[in-house]
Order: sequence, then C-alpha cells, then structure tokens
Amino acid sequence: MEIRSEYFADERPETLHEIGQSRPRDDAPGHVTGKTGFFADRTFPDLLHLKMVRSPHHHALIKSIDTSEAERHPGVIRVITAKDVPHNLYTILILIQVGPEDETVLADKKVSWKGEAVVAVVATSERAAHEAAAKVKVDYEVLPAVFDMEEALKPGAPEVNPHHPGNYYEYDSGDHRKVRYGNIEEGFAMADHILEQTYSSSPIEQAPTETTGCIVAPEGNDRFTCYTNTQAMFFTLDNTSIILEMPGHKLHMVGGTVGGGFGGKVDVIVEPIAILAARLTGKPVSFIYSREEEMQISSPRAAEKIVIRDGVMNDGRLVARKVTGYTDAGAYSRHSPYGAQKGAAHYPGPYTVPNVWIDTYCVYTNRTPSSAMRGFGVTIADFALEVQMDKLARLIDMDPLEFRFINAYRDGDIKAHRQPTEGAALIECMQEASKVANWPVAEKYMAMSSAKREI
Amino acid sequence: MARIPVQFTLNGQEKAEFIESGATLLNVLRDRMGDTSPKGGCQQGTCGACSVIIDGELRLSCLTLAETCEGATIETAGGLANGSELHPIQQAIVDGFATQCGFCAPGMVMAIKVLLDAKPAPSREDVVEAISGNVCRCTGYEPIIQAVLSVSRSNSQQAV
Ligand code: FES
Ligand code: FES
Repeated sequence: MEIRSEYFADERPETLHEIGQSRPRDDAPGHVTGKTGFFADRTFPDLLHLKMVRSPHHHALIKSIDTSEAERHPGVIRVITAKDVPHNLYTILILIQVGPEDETVLADKKVSWKGEAVVAVVATSERAAHEAAAKVKVDYEVLPAVFDMEEALKPGAPEVNPHHPGNYYEYDSGDHRKVRYGNIEEGFAMADHILEQTYSSSPIEQAPTETTGCIVAPEGNDRFTCYTNTQAMFFTLDNTSIILEMPGHKLHMVGGTVGGGFGGKVDVIVEPIAILAARLTGKPVSFIYSREEEMQISSPRAAEKIVIRDGVMNDGRLVARKVTGYTDAGAYSRHSPYGAQKGAAHYPGPYTVPNVWIDTYCVYTNRTPSSAMRGFGVTIADFALEVQMDKLARLIDMDPLEFRFINAYRDGDIKAHRQPTEGAALIECMQEASKVANWPVAEKYMAMSSAKREI
Repeated sequence: MARIPVQFTLNGQEKAEFIESGATLLNVLRDRMGDTSPKGGCQQGTCGACSVIIDGELRLSCLTLAETCEGATIETAGGLANGSELHPIQQAIVDGFATQCGFCAPGMVMAIKVLLDAKPAPSREDVVEAISGNVCRCTGYEPIIQAVLSVSRSNSQQAV
C-alpha cells in the first residue's frame, strides 16, 4: 500500500504509524485453521431444531390453522403459532422512533408475501421438524397481489399492509421525503439542455456464505443465552425484549464472527422465535436458515426506480437536478423507510447543483420485505447518478471526467439538504484516477483543489 | 432410529462412533467428533465450505454419508497446521489477505491442498478450476488465486 502524500500534505502529520501500512489481520490464522468460532460451531445435548411453515401465497387471508397432525408427528416437541407470541407486532426501527409496528413474528390474520412465517415447528431432529412442518394445514383465501410500485400507489390497489394505507410509508413530511433547494423551475428555464431518464434495479440477495441463524440455550431462571450471527446485536436484544415482553437482562446475546452479512443479517428475524421456542420447551433450540431460505426469505436489497431530470449548460455546469425515487419495501418496513430517506439526503450526489428538487417514496408491495445491504438507499442512487452523468457529458459533447470536475463539490459548498461540505476529496480522487487510468484531463482540472474554489 | 458403528482416521487419529444411518459426514464431524472446521453453507453441495479430503480426494462432506467412510482416511482444515505452525497454504492465505469473514477458508484450503498435492506448480487456470466449487462472497477470489500462486512459486524455488 502506498500513500499519495502530495495530496492534503498540510493536513497530515508526519507521525502516522498505522495509516498506509499493511497489517496482517489477526483473525486470519483462526479462519484458515477452522478454529474461528462461528455461532453454529457449538452443539448442546438435547438440541431441538426449529423449522418454519411459510406462506405459499403472495397475499392471502388465513382462514384456519390446524396443527394437530404435526403435533402428533414423532419427534415433535412443540408447535408455535401467533397466539404464543407475547407481543406479535414489531418493526425493527421502533427503537429510533421509526414506526409504526407493522409486521407479525408469526402471521395470524393474513400473509402479505410468499414465504411469510406462519407456524414454527420444534422437533428433536431437523428431519422430524421438516416432516412435521409439511403436516401443518393452513386454509387460505387468496387475495389479489401487487408487485409493481407504481401500481401499488394507484387508488384502488390491493392494500398490502393495513398499517400503511395507500401502500406508502407516511413520513412526518407526508407520503414521501422531500429536499428543496434553490428554484428548480428557474434552473430548468435557464438550462441549455434538459435530460430525463428512468433507472430501475431488481432486488439483490446478499448471499452470505454462512446462512442466518441462532442457537438458544436456556440458562435456568428464565434467562436465555442466544448465540447469533446477527450484524445488529442491540437491535436484536431490544426488539426481542419488546416481542417477548422480557426485560433485557433475561436475554444474553452472544455474537461472534459473522460468516458474511453484507446487511442481510441486520434484521431481527430468527432470534425472537428461537428464544420463545427455548422458553416454551425448556430446551436448547437451533433455528438456522437453509440455503433456500437465505436466498428466498431473508430480506434483499430493495428494488428501486429512479427518475432523474437534469438541466445542464453547454459549458458543463449542472443547473437543475430533479429526482423522484421509489424504494420497494416489499410487504413490511424493516429498514426500507430509512433507506428511502437516505436516498433523499444523498441526491444530488457529490456534485454542487444550485437548484434541486428531490422526492423519495417508500412503497409497499407483496414482494419479499427488503432491508439493508451495503450502502442501501445510496448504492443504486449512485449507479443511476453516474450513468446519468455520462449521458449528460455525451449530450454536451464533453469529456465525462472533465464534466465531473466542473460539478464536483468542494469544501464549504452548501449541499441540497443544507449541510456544508467538509473534508471533500472528490477532486483529488479524480486527479489520481485520471493518472492511474491514463485518462488525461486538461491542466486546469489537475490544478483544482477540494479545499477551495479557483477564482 | 437404528444406530450403526463407523470407524475412520481423522487427521491422523482413529475415530469410532455410533451414528444414525443417513447422517452426513459434515454433521458427524461437527456434532459428534468436535471438528467444526468444515462449515455448512448450503447442505446441498453448492458452496464448498464443507470440503474435506477423503482418501486423497476432495469431497463435499455435506453430500457424503458418514457410513460410507468406513475405514477411510479423512483430512480437514482443522488438522492441517503442524501445532502452531501454519501449513504453507494457510500461511499464504493469511499473508495475502485472502480471507475476510473466514467462512469459506477451511473448505478453500482443502481444495487448494488437493490441487498442490497433485500439481505443485499449477497455472492460473488450474487454480481457478480447482477452487471453482468453493464460493467466497468476500474476497472476489483474486487474493486467493494470488495466494495459491505464491505457494507454487515458493514450491518451485525449493525444488531448484
Ligand atoms: S455445505 Fe457442502 S457444499 Fe455447501
Ligand atoms: S472470506 Fe467470506 S466467504 Fe470467503
């Protein structure tokens, strides 16, 4: 590794010992010898296995649930339904006042996506749990489903989630998040060219090599140790405490090395039901997603649709940027209202534009609930923005890198959401990229600095 | 369910266990013999995290019935190091920053061992082919490929 010390030389002390040095990871020897402890690398006598009965429908009312045959299956210790869950309604971000609670741990009245958890079967072996799960009889009345965000927002669309009438997340700003800066109409009026483009993305599964799961051991005294591969220990602790109506000191969460997460292990899904199962049976319980569940059930990155309308001058200055973003939450909120809000704050990207108008919507559909994944809310936004930047450069016949230099934000610029820019380094990164990619730009761009504007 | 006896050699040690017929080698190694170095990433033969060496051949322990291993010689990543001294493959992965979350590493190491045992100086294509059954979601594979090639370079230096 090498530090390009010519950049920001006046801001950096000469005494850095670690930055710029390659250091071995101290967990690597454990990884290559198989000694690193992952949550599933432990076993307990009498360990029980939990398997979930899931909805085969995208949207349906539950008319009745019959677990009697499953309960009689050899090896089955307990069958758990909605009525066993003390507080069967939650939403992860209620901890930071992003409500309402909108999701059941086990569905009671209806299911809103294909794969939604309905009944948990706990048995002495995985095989017995599987076999018994197949014997649970759920009588459904199938409802019309909606899979497209714009269809979902139309009046008369099927209501995905009774806690979100109109199929959108209600922010304190209304049915969407807004950013308003400058005067967008004046910006478009002065522009030499206007370009409007629509960008769409599909859900993306994080696909960690280790699937989501936990193992719970009762400690006696109604206290439980939960070995989990969650990426969000305190979300898990606090939400479990709410769902099970148990004080936090009864819940001992033990994390450890996570076998890949990429945001896919930030939701609170397996722990509450596994702890409940351990509580109801008095035995250790393991609930580990199969590979199929990891791919089909765990929340992916949200699908997004982004409409960008830009006004640009022939000299390369962006003078207006209007963005309408839609984030597909699927059937429940999880982290998506937050993702859509991040998107609103992120536009117009790392560029200084004098006139900005942003609307972002978090929309409910009968798809798998989406949630966190690596930079969710901004990653797809950046994809759309940067493709748009290339198209704009082409439109005015300008080099795409030089076009970005002209619009790059600098320290002191006020962003659309009213925060001043600090510590910008986009100019310097592009200067270095220009050199290493052998993509030369005019000398005046190589003389620019993020710290100040040239006069 | 009927239990059946099985005996094999695991990392140089004799092992004997009564197992359920139909139990996978992966589960027997992990839950009954305390060797948790093979990992279960899919239990369906698609990720390679459970890779072990059985009688010199690379095998997926999640698809291998333990009862078919009677009399076999089984090697896992847990037995590769010599005490606290890492095997050269393990050391190369550590040095090359070729493991991140670590979940694929024990299986990856076994796939590489089978390759280098057969071919101490493999080509890049050989390496790619040899690890093609082992999913890694973290590294992007390139550091792993480079680590293997660095072992093969030091192998050929030693041979000179
Ligand atoms: S666990 Fe055996 S190949 Fe994935
Ligand atoms: S290091 Fe995470 S899967 Fe390979």
